[in-house]
Amino acid sequence: MSLTVQEIAGLLQTRFPDAVLEVDADSRHPGIRVAPESWHDVALFLRDDPRLAMNLLRCISAVDLHPQPYIDVVYDLLSMRPPVSTGGGAADPWSCAGLVAIRVRLPRERAHVRSVADIWPTANWHEREAFDLMGVTFDGHPDLRRILCPDDWVGHPLRKDYVFPTEYHGIPAATGSAADSAGTGEEH
Amino acid sequence: MGWLRNRFEENFAITTIDWALNWARSNSVWPLTFGLACCAIEMMAAGASRFDLDRFGAGAFRATPRQADLMIVAGTVTFKMAARIRRLWEQMPEPKYVLAMGACTVGGGPYFKYGYHVVKGVDLIVPVDVYVPGCPPRPEALLEGLMRLQEKIRAETIAKRAEPA
Repeated sequence: MSLTVQEIAGLLQTRFPDAVLEVDADSRHPGIRVAPESWHDVALFLRDDPRLAMNLLRCISAVDLHPQPYIDVVYDLLSMRPPVSTGGGAADPWSCAGLVAIRVRLPRERAHVRSVADIWPTANWHEREAFDLMGVTFDGHPDLRRILCPDDWVGHPLRKDYVFPTEYHGIPAATGSAADSAGTGEEH
Repeated sequence: MGWLRNRFEENFAITTIDWALNWARSNSVWPLTFGLACCAIEMMAAGASRFDLDRFGAGAFRATPRQADLMIVAGTVTFKMAARIRRLWEQMPEPKYVLAMGACTVGGGPYFKYGYHVVKGVDLIVPVDVYVPGCPPRPEALLEGLMRLQEKIRAETIAKRAEPA
């Protein structure tokens, strides 16, 4: 018996009345939208509350919503322990007690959010990847460097308005047509 | 040549230095242990028992560029990797050869237009002797590429060497 997204959202709303902005239980990727200011406290509650026990951060994704001025950061959480409240019978230590996606919506031009690398160590490299490719800054991250691109790379390549480089250290890069179509940010 | 006939013992052969050098070089092209992406899997298959690159003298993959004659660039070349590839190539002793394996290495391949991170052909970084197209090329294609390289080596002469790039 695993927790539904509605139940998780209910627990969060009781504890943080202002933090839960939107509950999306019916989509193919059910999740809860959380206010960026409260995200670190919510994350700590999600991990440490025995009813939730979201002890596994499976993925961090960043979604560029250009031309809307937002970037969504999506945290996919999973609880590997059965919740104590729904106990009964022998507990399977590997059963999934609930999963949820937490979305945090950030302004595109100033995409800052508190790092959760101190809560889930997995977040360290995932946040570096989101920083490298999408330009999301994670405040309080212990080592926020680029992880895939070279250290001297300019820009964040997976942003939809990213301008392709024409050369890198003297090596010619994009073709003319690619530079044209990427620069305008149009749909391809 | 009558003045030479029957004047030497058994097992005595006459050749040119060119022919002997080329024979030795073309039949012991030692590649560098070096793979970048999925093409490297096909390169490993070409080296393993079914296709057996060693039949053509090129199965001794060297773990250091100092002992390698041939760099098989097998896989997508990124800008981040470009400087490392150039350095490995510079560390190889002359005579040295480069085989560009696969579409990415030949000219950017599927990343030609929208790959912000991909070098549009390894010949922008190091001089290439043989291009083997394919995505990835079958081991037979790599063997064909190796034999083309051997033909190229056999046509060399010490009197007129290609300028090192």
